[in-house]
Amino acid sequence: MIGSPAYRARHHPAYWAFLVHRLSGLVLTLFLPLHFLVLGQALRGEAALDGLLRWTDNLPLKAAETLLVTTAAAHLAGGLRLLLLEGFAWRGPRKDLAALAAGVSLAVALLFALAVF
Amino acid sequence: MGVTAGESSAQEAMLDVRVWHGAEHGEFRHYQVPRRDSQTVLDVVTYIQRHLDPALSYRFACRVGMCGSCAMTVNGVARWTCRSHVDQVTADGRLEIAPLAHLPVVRDLVTDMRPFFDKWARAKGRFQGATTRSDPVARVPPDTPERRAVDAAIECIGCGVCYAACDVVGWRPEYLGPAALNRAWTLVNDVRDVSRLERLRAVAAEGGCLSCHSHTSCSERCPKKIAPTAGISGLKRACARAALGGEL
Amino acid sequence: MTPARRDALLWLAQRWSAAVLALCLAVHLAVIIYAVRGGLTAAEILGRTRGNAPLAVFYGLFVVAVSIHAPLGLRAILSEWTLWRGRSQAWAMAALAVLLFGLGLRAVWAVVQ
Repeated sequence: MIGSPAYRARHHPAYWAFLVHRLSGLVLTLFLPLHFLVLGQALRGEAALDGLLRWTDNLPLKAAETLLVTTAAAHLAGGLRLLLLEGFAWRGPRKDLAALAAGVSLAVALLFALAVF
Repeated sequence: MGVTAGESSAQEAMLDVRVWHGAEHGEFRHYQVPRRDSQTVLDVVTYIQRHLDPALSYRFACRVGMCGSCAMTVNGVARWTCRSHVDQVTADGRLEIAPLAHLPVVRDLVTDMRPFFDKWARAKGRFQGATTRSDPVARVPPDTPERRAVDAAIECIGCGVCYAACDVVGWRPEYLGPAALNRAWTLVNDVRDVSRLERLRAVAAEGGCLSCHSHTSCSERCPKKIAPTAGISGLKRACARAALGGEL
Repeated sequence: MTPARRDALLWLAQRWSAAVLALCLAVHLAVIIYAVRGGLTAAEILGRTRGNAPLAVFYGLFVVAVSIHAPLGLRAILSEWTLWRGRSQAWAMAALAVLLFGLGLRAVWAVVQ
């Protein structure tokens, strides 16, 4: 794959920013119904919600949560870049915004990891 | 008839060139082309046609980056070949030259550009004035935002590089593409043009500017350093305003 | 309504919902990072959320924005990466919007009631 013509044609920061945005959006859309169902457990009382929360209290699930928070942060930061690109007149390739978005999502990921582990 | 040092074939540096042969179905053929100083990709293709394979079909005219006819896919990337130097596109002396993507291949390196230019027509890419030749020449102040927007987008040579580089064109065959939309953007900003609303309707319709996801591959690859993404974003804003105002 | 006007308004809906979501998600991420320190318990979460009207309004808005934004994004992905387009796809996206809206409001109700 890497080194193939199709890969080289797309090998520039704005393309990777697009791919991250699309895939993170897809993951978040799939995750949301689950998220809502888990919170809905509170309708059945505190104990039901606690049961689910305890189920997530282990290393693999905390790692998954960190990935999910990173995904959300990446979609947010990348989305702000797109709103700026589309909403205002600009010149030039605006790769600086893609780099900034990557930096912001990484910072959020680190903050979350520090808090949860 | 002495052989000069530069032509001694034993030590001559050679390029490994693979060139597409056929139409939609075909194969890459392999050639060895002598490396030269300041050699362009078009020089390489011309060498093959003149010395190795007279039947090779390709298209070029001006050789100086004005006519927009010689664009091809070079090592996977759409480029104008007349002004792409070999040392800009390959480090190891290997070249893979194919026809532009997203267009029907007529033969070898020649694509059928009709779908590309038909979309310029669909995007209302034709200037529509209200005056005649007997009217005085319009005065357009050069420092207005509209005139500056036109300036930034007007140098398009219609080479099709952006169209071949655009993923959305590949995913939605009806998508107008960066060049046609860039053209529409210059006309939307032309204060003399009178078919603005009709044009906005054309570019807001299915397959128009709203399909763009700002990958910026067009802006990345445009040999004239135009940023069609900026113009397409301007069209999106203009269409949204017209939709809110009930004009579309 | 002309298809062009409909598409332009849907595009605007996608961008405006994105702007709302950007604000909501930034607050949400900050709350998450604050709340997960020292582990999560249901008592801790519900202690903060029960009877909290501003929180209900905030997350209600969040749910509305996401039920507009996610189906429109998925619509673009399906139209470009799969062969599923047209009327049945539009209905499926509308159903997804209703599902997200319903499940989302139920979740908000569950934690603030």
